[in-house]
Amino acid sequence: MNAIDKATIAKAAPPTFQELILRLQSFWAARSCVLQQPHDVEVGAGTMAPETFLRVLGPKPYKVAYVQPSRRPADGRYGENPNRLFKHMQMQVILKPPPERVQEIYLESLEALGIDLRKHDLKFEEDNWESPTLGAWGIGWQVMLDGLEITQFTYFQQCGGVDLDPMSAELTYGLERIGAFLQDVDSIYDIVWAHDPDTGREVKYGEVRLADELQFSVYNFEKADVERTWEHFDLYEAECHALIEAYGVLCKDVKLRLQDDGPNADVAGLARDKQRFPLLGAYDLCLKCSHLFNILDARGAISVTERVGVIARVRNLAVGIAKHWVDQQKAAQATEVQAPNDQQKEKVPTHA
Amino acid sequence: MPDFLLEIGTEEIPARMIEEAAGALWASVRTLLEQEHLSSYTGDPANYGDVFSTPRRLAVVFPQVMDRQPDSIEKVVGPSLKVAYKDGAPTPAADAFAKKVGQPLDKIGKIVTPKGEYLAANVARLGRPALDLLAEMLPSEISGIPWPKSMFWRNPSERFVRPLRWLVAMLDEQIVPLEFAGIQAGNTSRGHRIIGQETFQISKPSLYVEALREAKVLGAGEREQKIRKALDAATRTIPGARWRDDNDLLKTVVNLTEYPTAILGSFEPEFLTLPDEILVTVMRDHQKYFAVEDENGKLLPYFLAVLNTESDPDGLIRHGNERVLRARFNDARFFWQTDQKHSLRDRVEMLKNVTFQRDLGSYYDKTIRVRRLASWISETIKQSGQEIRLDVVYEAAFMAKADLTTELVKEFTELQGIVGGLYAKAQPLDADLPEAIRFAIADAIYDHYKPESMDDETPRTIEGAVLSIADKADSIAGMFALGLQPTGSKDPFALRRQANGIVRIIAERKFPLSLALLMENARAGYRGSAAEKKFPATVNYSGSVDGFLKERLEFYLKDVRGYAYDVVNAVLAAGSDDLTDAEARAEAVAKVRPSADFESISIAFKRMKNILRQASEAGKNPTESLDREALPLIAKDLADQIGPTGDIVKRLSATKQYSQALQELSKLRPWIDHFFEKIMVMVEDERVRSNQLALLRDLLREFSTIADFSEIVTEGKV
Repeated sequence: MNAIDKATIAKAAPPTFQELILRLQSFWAARSCVLQQPHDVEVGAGTMAPETFLRVLGPKPYKVAYVQPSRRPADGRYGENPNRLFKHMQMQVILKPPPERVQEIYLESLEALGIDLRKHDLKFEEDNWESPTLGAWGIGWQVMLDGLEITQFTYFQQCGGVDLDPMSAELTYGLERIGAFLQDVDSIYDIVWAHDPDTGREVKYGEVRLADELQFSVYNFEKADVERTWEHFDLYEAECHALIEAYGVLCKDVKLRLQDDGPNADVAGLARDKQRFPLLGAYDLCLKCSHLFNILDARGAISVTERVGVIARVRNLAVGIAKHWVDQQKAAQATEVQAPNDQQKEKVPTHA
Repeated sequence: MPDFLLEIGTEEIPARMIEEAAGALWASVRTLLEQEHLSSYTGDPANYGDVFSTPRRLAVVFPQVMDRQPDSIEKVVGPSLKVAYKDGAPTPAADAFAKKVGQPLDKIGKIVTPKGEYLAANVARLGRPALDLLAEMLPSEISGIPWPKSMFWRNPSERFVRPLRWLVAMLDEQIVPLEFAGIQAGNTSRGHRIIGQETFQISKPSLYVEALREAKVLGAGEREQKIRKALDAATRTIPGARWRDDNDLLKTVVNLTEYPTAILGSFEPEFLTLPDEILVTVMRDHQKYFAVEDENGKLLPYFLAVLNTESDPDGLIRHGNERVLRARFNDARFFWQTDQKHSLRDRVEMLKNVTFQRDLGSYYDKTIRVRRLASWISETIKQSGQEIRLDVVYEAAFMAKADLTTELVKEFTELQGIVGGLYAKAQPLDADLPEAIRFAIADAIYDHYKPESMDDETPRTIEGAVLSIADKADSIAGMFALGLQPTGSKDPFALRRQANGIVRIIAERKFPLSLALLMENARAGYRGSAAEKKFPATVNYSGSVDGFLKERLEFYLKDVRGYAYDVVNAVLAAGSDDLTDAEARAEAVAKVRPSADFESISIAFKRMKNILRQASEAGKNPTESLDREALPLIAKDLADQIGPTGDIVKRLSATKQYSQALQELSKLRPWIDHFFEKIMVMVEDERVRSNQLALLRDLLREFSTIADFSEIVTEGKV
């Protein structure tokens, strides 16, 4: 094959799985999104990562895009089903608030993947989203391309039991589906993940991830020790709960001191006490609980009477954190307004 | 006279909501034009104007709209004359009124009202320009469109179904200066997302539809025509094939597209080994494809997809849709195969981990209750002589819910019941079970959610019918015992639908089943369970559940069977527990109702009831038991008829020959007529009066077992 042919083919060839991610990332980076890295605690969906769950709360505008591996233990199929995965990858984009042309911009992102929309059939079909575990819901569509659901498009209305203002648009691209579509393969495991530019060797999705699917299916369905998983759940919950309680106590303290000290109160100092409180740590613990619940569920270890109760336990954590987070953001805003110079002068050593 | 156009441009509206919303917008704008005297249209209001809807817009066009309201004269009422004049001289109140209406006091007249005389002035009211009025009033019509679910996007106080993106509001060439949700109306609309112009100008309302067509957007009627034609054309390429007509699906795809066409795709014939139900559910419910069948209704390995674009020049769209369908079918086949690892019978145990309702326990608990109730129902039916296989009911009830644990039902929830039926047919279940029994069990499971709507069929077999009743009665009993009965438009567990189903099945199969006894037995299934501890002590179970079922029976007789409301009221007043009997009585009453004798008797019964009521209000009561000797001759004649006629009516009623019974009853007319012509009931003589009252009471009591005739609405005077 000569050089010209190679170039022509490269241009016409569909993107590999990693090129797909790269193209979406550069598309959204060019539209003012922060490119985040995946959250490193297990989540069931990109929505649960703090970059979505916490960032959509409060008034502060934010735009972010990240790939989030999403684990759903019960969806595992030992790598035997060509369309189902225990862990799939979502490209998550949060636009807070969404620009007026949000749908059009989204369509441009499809063009950026090399999809000529004039040659395809596109529909926005009603699909609202609700997560009882997160106390969250939104209104939106599933975006259908030639009969394939490629994106979940949601306008968040409530999160952690808190009404949102402004609201956020959430775009969730199903990366494996889009990859299989672009490459026209029938099995997820046949998606070309990478293409070695020197040797021309293709690395397939199966090569990268099949062992993962098989082993975690065995773990989640057969091996996870039910008793110990429950213990983990209880421990994480207790720790998370203690933090939520502690922040509540801190709020009361701060309020009292503001009252007692009147005009002499160290407002900025008190706000900083709130700001340094590890609600982010509490949220990771809540995510742990959610994942452990999913494992127990896949394991068939949750009885009817327990199930509703356990979901409520996780929701209590999520809702408690969301409420405190909104308060903490207010405290952060207060210090920003109060003493922007002070803060800049202080050279606090960051975690190096 | 100008035309008026309003177009509301939004992000994609859910297909299921479009038609109703467009209709509501049309009606509210029409009413606005009428009320504000802005329209000179004089024809039938139902034909006024046009409505236009696509996923991205709701629009209305009304011709004959005036530039401004006509001027009018309005009567303004001021203070009363007593206040306006003191000793003949005008008071400050009178002067103030004159100033307000801008007329000298001597030109102001007065009006007479029941409360007295008042100052009143005729004030000329200038009509307001239509542009101002519409700009002012349309925003509330837009926000008033009723949506099943709405959202906010800009300001939490502004809600709409999806973000509103543009507005067109024009009176001929002029723009109506309207603003809603931060959007200023103009004359710029938007075309089809992909194949149309992004934006374009509308020169005037009468050219709206044409301008849209140019921008690749068609109205709903035109889209439906286009889709039908495209489906026909695509199907014609396969000899002998036709597309499976499906009105709901057609409506959906009409409302998912702005410029539709259809393509034919195919799938591997090997998938046809999967049951039709599964193939069609995947195609229809999940992919919104039309199925293709041969002359005999047998599925062919093709499908039709409706596209929201002009064409599929490179075949990419067909290829993509085929890929998706293949993956879906593969999944379904995979689930089918995986599900066979556990038999339906083994799965019953797994139901212990599937919640039926938070407070009512698991589906396993429900299974045991339903089996018990279904067995009781079958025994009752068997005793009445209908043929029913008790073992089939018993086994079907045990396995009916087992499919809730299958992968296939988890994936395609709408196939619950159906999958259970298919698996019962495909699996041996028990080694020694005869095939005929197994198939009967399968059919009963398959049908036991039926009827799922008023149009849906009831279960095909008697065993399926019994299982369906038991399953529904158990749910209703549990919910009512918890105090969760439907209220107003809230019926989250579809209990009304389920009760309608029970009523229909019992009526169609003529089951001799007492509703009260059924519900009492259903409630008894919860006795001693953990669920029972959750039942609030304040709930009046039998009161509320009996009333609820009576209401459903009333609905069935009136709305489904079409009996007149007074016939239904009359029949149900005489008893509503035995439904089959109630329907037989309704049929008889409806049949004899037009006869003159019957009408006359109805009037007489109403009269008797009134007399008895008035007498009792006046403290004048009938004797305990009738003493014929105290009656005047004419009354005694009537009394003598009660016994013999009553015996005949009773005998005929016992064998449910209600119309003959009513004819016998009608024969009483001459005696009754004669009685009312000649006899004055409320006479002074206490002995005569109280015995005449007793006669009326006995008549009512004896002859009101088929229907309470006093409920029949008659034209004659009472």
